[in-house]
This record gives sequence, C-alpha cells and structure tokens, in this order.
Amino acid sequence: MSRVLIIADHDGKRLGGGAARCVTAAGKLGAAEIHLAVLASPGGPIAAEAAQITGVSKVLVVERAENAHPLAAVLAPQVVKLAAGYEYVLAASNTFGKDLLPRVAGLLGVGQVSDLMSVEGPHTFKRPIYAGNAIITVESPADVKLVATVRTASFAAAAGGGSAPIEVVGTEAALPAHTRFVSLNAANNDRPELQSAPRVISGGRALGSAENFKIIYALADRIGAAVGASRAAVDAGYVPSDLQVGQTGKIISPALYVAIGISGAIQHLTGIKDARTIVAINKDAEAPIFEVADVGLIGDLFKIVPELTALLG
Amino acid sequence: MKILVGVKRVVDYNVRVRVKPDGSGVALDGVKMSINPFDEIALEEALRIRERGQATEVIAVAIGPEEVQTQLRSALAMGADRAILVKCDAAVEPRDVARTLLAVIGQEGIGLAILGKQAIDDDAGQTGQMLAALWDRPQVSFASKIDIKDGVAVAMREVDSGIETIEVDLPAVITSDLRLNEPRYIKLPDIMKAKKKPLAITDMATLGVSLAPQFKVLKTDAPPQRARGIMVKDVPELVAELKKRGVLS
Repeated sequence: MSRVLIIADHDGKRLGGGAARCVTAAGKLGAAEIHLAVLASPGGPIAAEAAQITGVSKVLVVERAENAHPLAAVLAPQVVKLAAGYEYVLAASNTFGKDLLPRVAGLLGVGQVSDLMSVEGPHTFKRPIYAGNAIITVESPADVKLVATVRTASFAAAAGGGSAPIEVVGTEAALPAHTRFVSLNAANNDRPELQSAPRVISGGRALGSAENFKIIYALADRIGAAVGASRAAVDAGYVPSDLQVGQTGKIISPALYVAIGISGAIQHLTGIKDARTIVAINKDAEAPIFEVADVGLIGDLFKIVPELTALLG
Repeated sequence: MKILVGVKRVVDYNVRVRVKPDGSGVALDGVKMSINPFDEIALEEALRIRERGQATEVIAVAIGPEEVQTQLRSALAMGADRAILVKCDAAVEPRDVARTLLAVIGQEGIGLAILGKQAIDDDAGQTGQMLAALWDRPQVSFASKIDIKDGVAVAMREVDSGIETIEVDLPAVITSDLRLNEPRYIKLPDIMKAKKKPLAITDMATLGVSLAPQFKVLKTDAPPQRARGIMVKDVPELVAELKKRGVLS
C-alpha cells in the first residue's frame, strides 16, 4: 500500500483551506497512510488545526526558524528530505502549492501533474488544459514518485473533528540564504475567504470604480459571502489582486456564485465552473456569462444590487 | 547582465479551442498562434530592465518546431536583442523545457531568467520553478513588481493572502504575473528591424539535452457542459428562485 505526503498550505499563521481538500484527493488514491506535513515556525497552532482533518494518519511538523514564512526555495529542500518513502507528494493548487511543488519536483528530478482534478486510478489522473476547455487524462509510471498540485475546487474539504497524532520532525536539509522574506501586505481578513466560502459575490468592470464596488461588499456582507472580481475589475484597480477569480486567479467552487457586471470571458468562466449555482446579473443580454448561468437577470446592476441587498435584509 | 526570456508559441488567447471528436487532442489546424501572453509580459519586463541600463542584452529563447520563428521574430520586434530557437518537433514537458533552458543559461552566462508564470495552453505553471531548482538559484513566482539593485531583486508577488515582497540574490528566475506590466505594441519599423536581428537555431542534442517525457496523455475530453439555465425578470423572482434551489434561506 502506498503512502501520501501532503504539504499543508499556510500563510505563516494559519492553515490554508487547501490541505483538507488534498486529503480528500489523497483518499481516492487508495493510500494506506496520509501524512500532512506542516513546515512552519511556530508550527504548533497550524499543526493543531491540521490534526483535526479526518483521514489524516499523522501530522509531521518541521519547525525550523527559517520556516517562519513559506518561501519555496527554503521549504523545497526540506520537503525533498521528507518525501523519501512516499509514493505521492501533494499540495493544493493555490499560490502556496504552485510556488513550492514544481521546485520540489525539480529537486527530485521528476515531472509534476498540475491541477489534478480527478483520480482515475493509482497512476492515472485528469487535469484541465486550455483554461478548462479541454480535460486530459494523463498516466504516470508506477515507479516514479508522483508530485501533483490538487485542484481544490474539484474536491470537497475533508471533515474536521479528527485527532491525528502530531510528530515533530527535524530535517537536516541545508537551506539557502539567497531568498529572504521582506513583508506581506495581507488582504482584509474580516470577510470569508474567497477560496473556501460557500457563497461568493463577484463584481466586474461594469462597476466602474472602487467606490461603486461598495455595493458588492454590502450585498456580500448581507448574506455572509466572500467577495470576488473579474480580471478587468482588478486591472482597473477597483479591488486588490487576491480577489481575482479565473484561469490565472482563484479557481473556486462555492454553492452560490453571483457574477455582477461580469461579461464572462473564458478565462473567468474557468474559475467558476464548479460552482453549484451560478447567478448572472448583467445589462447585456448577449454576455457570455449567461451561457453558464443557472439563473440570469438582465438589467442595471446599480438598481438590481441595492434592491437585492434590501430584499435579503 | 544578460537576461533570458522564455517564449512559447501557444493558441491565441482569444481562440476558443475545440477538442477533436476522437479524443486525440485539441484541433490546432488553422488556429491563430501567438506568444504566450505571460511571456510577452516577461519580455516587456526584461526590456524595461535593459532600458534602465541594468542589463546589457535580452535573449528570447523558444523550444518548438520551425514555425516558432514567427513568435521569436515578434519577440525581436518587441525589442529582444537576439533569439534562439531550440528546434524540437515533439511535445516537451515542463521539466524538459527547464533542462533545456538551463543548458542555454550555462552556455550564455545568464544573470536573470524571466518566464511567464504559466502557458495558457497546458496551464502547467511549472517551468520557472523547476528551472530555479535545477539551477539551484532563487525563484520569484507570480511577480507583479520587480526592482533590481546591486545584484539583488526585490519583488512583489501576488499570493492568495495578499501581496508578498521578497528579496532574492541574482542570478534568479522570475515568473511574471498579469499585472507586472503592460507589454508595448510592436510598430512597423520594429518589424522591419527585427528581420535583421540574429535568430540562432540549435537543437536539444547540440545542447546536450535528451528528452525524458514522464507522462502519457491517454485522451483529451471536452469539459462537461452545464445545463442551460433560466432567466428571471426581476429581483423578487430571483430571490424566490434562489430560495427554491436552497442556496438562500
């Protein structure tokens, strides 16, 4: 039976939402053991969160001082040491995993499956290409360690309530000094996290300004939703870049996604395809967003959104 | 300092690709091809660094068949000083791309490599980080701002929790995010000038790289389609519909 090592995503303080989804993906590999590695300093609080994910056999904590901030160049040599004895090395396909895992694969001298979206067999996987406009089935040799980032929108988060043992481990890996953390300008954390929120309200270019985006925030706050945005809205400076949903931003799978004033470029649609219910509000009846929407409403967003917010009060 | 920029020929981002009915891949015949948009951003950044006097030469490197010369000529027209085509007709996995670029880096004495953060065809997003690993140098992935000074690059990165700033010693690999810059338009005289710029053609064997593909693509499917939705006429109807579907209480 095989063993899976998942590298837990975190921002230095808290466990990210990707780890629990990777555990679900790992479960489909038919592995005997699923270990979750937390490389952080301090690692305790993050490891305690990780230990609660059901399905995890063990949490490994590597608490070197250099791990205070997740820098791929610093973490990768440690992951390589940890990875000995595992057939699979997984991490979430968010900026943490996308930064780290290809470096790990490079050091291990193997390839990588990016955005693994389904497990077809122990060595056969599906992943999207062309912004999700095609899905390929790829096979990796059974005797090569499989390094993969997991497309989190494709897997539900494993439930909490578990109590996996936590083991503090050391790695002897020599770490480079050529990469140094300077600062993190963190986004506003008062709202639900975009990547894991069950409801997301997104705004597009049609909002017209950062000021006007307030009506999106108001609606989101009214129903406890996270706020997202199209690339156009981010490029125009209405909202920070970490709100971008789409091929090059975040890929999400909320129960409810409301696209407001978003025309629906292919690159945006790829980020929302896994939403259970998509609602589109747009004044242009021809907007491509209506092709994927479950419920559409044509009209002026500046009238509709306040009315919707009021009605939901 | 010499800067290497990776250039990949991909299906133009405006094209909606179609999967072939027999599942053997996507239909590429007669489809418009362009430089991967992230690579254009990478190239633009390299040109700006050179224009600030912080680099001496920008070299555009591509791997692929003969036709990739078209994209390399565009890169030269944008302002790259010269180009290298590593001829290869087979599909090349990111790991082999990284190994090939590393060979070019060794040959050319590169001080900075700037690549796109992902190619919009395979969406793998691996090459830059793999190259940095093989080169044993720092990586800055998803860069949205780069400042170079005294052998150090200070860069902002777009990460899920906000904007991170890190500092790396050069040489390094940087991968470009969307908002790093806005690539310049190519003007006609530049296209004429580009025809005279050097474009060297080499191959894997000459660089001492042998392809070692790991993955086998068994089939290519079209994505599942969402069922056709409904239109509502006003806000109360919208709310009623969402309540009916159980997504709002």
